[in-house]
Amino acid sequence: MYNTEFRGKLIEGNKSLGQISQDIVRPIDAKTPRWWFISMGISLVMLGLGLYAKYITVTEGIGSWGLNNSVGWGWAIINFVWWIGIGHAGTAFSIFLLILRQKWRTSINRAAEAMTVVAVMCAGLFPLLHMGRVWNFFFVLPYPNTRGPLWVNFNSPLFWDFVAITAYLLISASFWYFGMVPDFATIRDTTKSKIKKAVYGFFAFGWTGSSKEWLRYEALAFILGGIAAVLVVSVHSIVSTDFAVSVVPGWHTTIFPPYFVVGAIFSGFAMVLTLVTMIRKLYKMNDFITDSHVDAVTRVLIFVSLIMGTAYFTEVFIAWYSASEYEYYMFFKNRVFGEYAFQFWAMVICNAFIPQLFWWKKIRSNITAVFIISLFINLGMWFERFNIVVTTLAKDFLPAAWAGYSPSYIEILLFIGTLGLFGAGVLMFFRYIPMIAIHEVKSVAKYDKPSHERKHRNHEE
Amino acid sequence: MNKYWRSIEELNDSSKLKQEELTNEIANKKALNDPESIETFASTRRDFLKVFGFSVAGAAVVASCKKPVEKAIPYLVRPEEIIPGQCNYYASSYFEENEYCGVLVKVRDGRPIKIEGNEQSSLTKGGTSARVQASVMSLYDLARYKEPLATGEKITWEKVNNEIPQKLEEIAQADGKIVLLTSTVISPTYRQVITELQERFQGLDWIQYDAVSSSGMLEANDRSFGKAAIPTYHFDKAKVIVSFGADFLGTWISPVEFTKQYSSRRNPDLKEQMSRHYQVESMMTLTGSNADERVVIKSSDEGIVLLNLYNEIAKQLGGTTYAVDQSSTDLSFIVRDLLLSKGESLVVCGSNNPDHQVIVNAINSMLGNYGATIDMISTNRVKQGDDRKMSQFVEDLLNGKVDALLAVDVNPVYNYPQGEAIKDAIEKLKLSVAFAKEKQETAEACKYILPLPHYLESWGDTEPTDGKFSLIQPTIHPLFNSRPVQEVFLAWCGKTGNYRDVIKFYWEANVFPKQTDNTEFTSWWNTVLQRGVFDEISVPEEQPIIDVTSLKATTTRIKSVSKTQGDVEVVVYEMNGKGNGAMANNPWSMEMPDSVSKVSWDNFAAISPRKAIELGVDNEDMVALGDLELPVFIQPGQEENTIAVALGFGRSVSGKVAEGAGFNVYPFINVVEGRRMYQAFSTVKKLNKTYPLAMTQTHHSMEGREIVREAVLEEYSRKANAGNESHERHEKHHVTLYDEPEFPAHQWGLAIDLNKCTGCGNCTIACQAENNVAVIGKEQVRNRRIMHWIRIDRYYSENPENPKTYHQPVMCQHCDNAPCENVCPVSATMHSNEGLNQMVYNRCVGTRYCINNCPYKVRRFNWFKYANNEKFDFNVNNDLGKMVLNPDVTVRSRGVVEKCSLCVQRIQEKKLEAKLENRQLNDGEIQPACMQTCPADAIVFGDLKDPESRISKLFEHPRNYHLIEELHTLPSVGYLTKIRNPHKG
Repeated sequence: MYNTEFRGKLIEGNKSLGQISQDIVRPIDAKTPRWWFISMGISLVMLGLGLYAKYITVTEGIGSWGLNNSVGWGWAIINFVWWIGIGHAGTAFSIFLLILRQKWRTSINRAAEAMTVVAVMCAGLFPLLHMGRVWNFFFVLPYPNTRGPLWVNFNSPLFWDFVAITAYLLISASFWYFGMVPDFATIRDTTKSKIKKAVYGFFAFGWTGSSKEWLRYEALAFILGGIAAVLVVSVHSIVSTDFAVSVVPGWHTTIFPPYFVVGAIFSGFAMVLTLVTMIRKLYKMNDFITDSHVDAVTRVLIFVSLIMGTAYFTEVFIAWYSASEYEYYMFFKNRVFGEYAFQFWAMVICNAFIPQLFWWKKIRSNITAVFIISLFINLGMWFERFNIVVTTLAKDFLPAAWAGYSPSYIEILLFIGTLGLFGAGVLMFFRYIPMIAIHEVKSVAKYDKPSHERKHRNHEE
Repeated sequence: MNKYWRSIEELNDSSKLKQEELTNEIANKKALNDPESIETFASTRRDFLKVFGFSVAGAAVVASCKKPVEKAIPYLVRPEEIIPGQCNYYASSYFEENEYCGVLVKVRDGRPIKIEGNEQSSLTKGGTSARVQASVMSLYDLARYKEPLATGEKITWEKVNNEIPQKLEEIAQADGKIVLLTSTVISPTYRQVITELQERFQGLDWIQYDAVSSSGMLEANDRSFGKAAIPTYHFDKAKVIVSFGADFLGTWISPVEFTKQYSSRRNPDLKEQMSRHYQVESMMTLTGSNADERVVIKSSDEGIVLLNLYNEIAKQLGGTTYAVDQSSTDLSFIVRDLLLSKGESLVVCGSNNPDHQVIVNAINSMLGNYGATIDMISTNRVKQGDDRKMSQFVEDLLNGKVDALLAVDVNPVYNYPQGEAIKDAIEKLKLSVAFAKEKQETAEACKYILPLPHYLESWGDTEPTDGKFSLIQPTIHPLFNSRPVQEVFLAWCGKTGNYRDVIKFYWEANVFPKQTDNTEFTSWWNTVLQRGVFDEISVPEEQPIIDVTSLKATTTRIKSVSKTQGDVEVVVYEMNGKGNGAMANNPWSMEMPDSVSKVSWDNFAAISPRKAIELGVDNEDMVALGDLELPVFIQPGQEENTIAVALGFGRSVSGKVAEGAGFNVYPFINVVEGRRMYQAFSTVKKLNKTYPLAMTQTHHSMEGREIVREAVLEEYSRKANAGNESHERHEKHHVTLYDEPEFPAHQWGLAIDLNKCTGCGNCTIACQAENNVAVIGKEQVRNRRIMHWIRIDRYYSENPENPKTYHQPVMCQHCDNAPCENVCPVSATMHSNEGLNQMVYNRCVGTRYCINNCPYKVRRFNWFKYANNEKFDFNVNNDLGKMVLNPDVTVRSRGVVEKCSLCVQRIQEKKLEAKLENRQLNDGEIQPACMQTCPADAIVFGDLKDPESRISKLFEHPRNYHLIEELHTLPSVGYLTKIRNPHKG
């Protein structure tokens, strides 16, 4: 197997190239396990609840949410940013680790990218649904029209946001899809079911695996990767401008773009960890997603968590140092010690302190602990977005207009709905798509051909 | 002949081909006549595309027809004064619930849609109150009585006019007792009609009954001066005002008139002449919240405090003093101030206890205020109800001594302490007739219910103050089968004709001779009708001499109250926007947040912060006051042992709006020796229940921010920018990299004088009426979604037991560097070239980013569809209620943001007018609704481009500042600092 100087073997179990294909494709051909149906059922129920909430939102109005004249954004935007953050990881994973020539990424990036696509879809629902008149959403599109023509407001971060998210969704979906084409071809070629042959054949685009194809394929991956690399940074920077461009204390900060990008990577990596530990467990992919993979991700998390902690501290410090009374109030009397102290400290503890447990090797190698900590990070990142969105709006400049906010059950159901969508999406991915990029894994296995050598040796003997 | 051919086949064998064509043709024709064969025709791809294309086009056309067709029928013969789309204004007068106001009624296409103040009125001078503003809505109330009813059955007026006088006649013949119960009548013609009625039915007893009475003052003035009347007051002539619990800016006697007078003296540029206002009270009233200094006393101590004050002054001036318990409240600084401004001071008292009023009379008399700030010659007539007569009547009624009752626009079943008993007694009467405008308790108990027209549908006249006449004229044909009570009474007397002629006749005989300018009655009448008011030129008269002995008898009754009478004292009051409950079914009035507590849709037990801790209660917990359960509202400034409860809620029979709103606290009123006392003792007990209150403001501290900037007069006279020092600093920091906005023609601005503003909330309702602002109901107000475009923020500072209070109207600030504008993705809110921040409803998709980014939080979102929605069953859910809508302003749909437009429709109207007349706009010509009706003249609108305009001058004033100006939002709204005038030393 491919032995790197620092990481040791990237794939365990001395597998031949054929075995790799077999192992990874096996769940697709195997009988669907029972737990899959159960989980899918739960996800679909959640999705249904979400659909109900959407129905109420669209027919009755945003009034069915818990928002008010002061707090104009609530759970919808929190969850939007949260999902976008999670949606960051896949592409970030592939691109950054590709740039850094981290070969170990190959076992994980497919799952991460799948997660990205589903998460961005979940995220994209919220900006649409939170519009008062969603049926007029196309006003946000800059298209030639007979109204003047009346253009969109190019100064508005919400417009930037719209562009950034659609671009990101398109690029990450194509990046993910084109990455799967050779693997679809592999399934097409190995499956015995005629339907599968047809379906996967369709998606495989008639891939034959010729050198010319590989050449073009690599070029395409490169171009898409290049574009995606920019988008990874831009999308969350732009999401952060939804807040940073405003004038309200707690939003109006220059730290937001990097802070959001890092936060997004943080939550994304945590979600990747949650997912891959599940894949390992459910599909027994320990050979591909090895302990050292988990170890590598946790090490990254320690580092990012330190950045997060620094960002939190910087924000609080600047609030004091700026001597702006509104900023000071927002951070010290509202977040750190005030009415929203619970949410603030939940964020700090989950994001800045708990991941520090990964310094201990014992914890890093305990998959259950890793799984739980990854959930904590996801929770902490949710609280971070709550902190940003709600605490600022609840208490800004004029105390007479201060108003509290708590979500209505419709907003909670909407969130549950997206969790259902995410669950269903991921389960479909488990079931119908090779969870690990077969051809890429093969590429890290190609230098070391133990089974082949063994055969060779046998012949010699 | 040449042979022409189309193909080789045709050339070779033309007959065959032709035959083929022919058979095909025939087959086709046959098929067309045969339905079965048509079905067998297979549709082709082309057909499919055709059908597809047609249906898509059809669907698109159908879908684009969004609006149902509504038909408008043009006038065949257009009335002379009506131009469709243009408004007419008619002068009229408002007199409801004992409140008088001279008004102009804005009539658009035959519908009254808005009430404006009548600037010609020498009393209210163009001001109105929130109740006046809301009154137009009551015209279109579904709960109004639409037909005369006899025991629930419809009857005709002819039958009414036959049956009732006959029955009255029978009762009168049998020496039965007939009582006519009305509220105060200030109409001279109406009085005459009643006199005629009394002559017709011998023994008809006329009793005037006011739900909230000032009978104590009438009695006290009778004792002091031998004249049972309420004097007129001149707060504008008073340098020192001392009010003992009189909420003269909110509900006492004539609040609009008094606010006008009061605010004229609240100008710090008058220097030493600016008035100083002391308020001595047990609960936080609107007036108290505006006082320069406020002293908190127990309401049961009021008599002692007053008598002590009297003694102190008498001591200094060498008058008689009387023995009384020493009061624990030190008012020596008030004494000093009063003595320094003799003849320029004014002491008023809100108590209904004649003894207290007698002392107040004595104090004012000693200070020489009669003839200066108080006028006992020209008296105020708005409250003439005599408590003792009323309680005698109630006693008679309960003892079965009354045979017939004619109740005109009164509701004792609801608003008299023994309401339930009265109801039972009325039901047993031989004859009970109620004249009522809308569904109410007393009417429902009566046999006959006769609908009264709304004041906007009827003729009338008023004389609110001696010699100040005004007319009421109809502005719409009666919507329902109602008749003015006067006409009905005259019919019962056997006279026909309409009431207008009666009024005209009366005026010709009695009012016309009071002037000499005009000798021709019709032309004089027309002028008066146009102006709405007529003031008799009064001849100065000597003020009556006070009868000193009246005080002596009083003093023996002034004793301190022993503590054994219960746990707490309960004070019963009216909320200034809501009144005594007659308007409870008015959604604007109901939803208006109370000026002090900022609670809408309910009344509550106002408890002092200290008492709340002692009882262990918080806002919305329920307490039992005696038998009555009420929710708690912690009110800073409340006397520790006093709980204040507001009248006007808890209607048991009413329209839908008032249903379930609040609790009826009229039973708390004590009837002592026939006089109604608005204080009681009660026990208080915490209950393990809560009750939701709809509060529009929940945080009451400014958190040290420079939101309301203030100084005291002394500092201000030394330094013009006292309290406003930071304004200059912020102004210097206004630098920008971007182009400065340019305003080629006009730049509209608004200035608000925080020293004049009393926080009454009139502007909120004026704006609501002008701009079709939706009513959303208690639950949504509680969700902090109130739609008002102009809100009054109210802050407290310092000691919670007796805080300083600040009122600040906040509407869209029309920032020239507006944070809302650049964040809207669809450019739905943008800046006009006249400095207005405009909202384009059609374009708005409702992202609410503008709401978030507005530092003033003045933007409002349409969370639901508020019009035509069963869940919001207020005025815009029925055709009648919709008549109040202003056609110049769009009714906003669900999902869009709205906010103050500075009444852009009014700006456009006046601009157009000026353009048609080919002239420049005059300063002050354009008046937004809030400014037009402000009784305190606190709001000034104008063009900042015109250096001579009032607004430009105010923006240059050292007191001017902008809200959160450090943000560089460059608001077009300015505030003038609040300058208090506390006593020195």
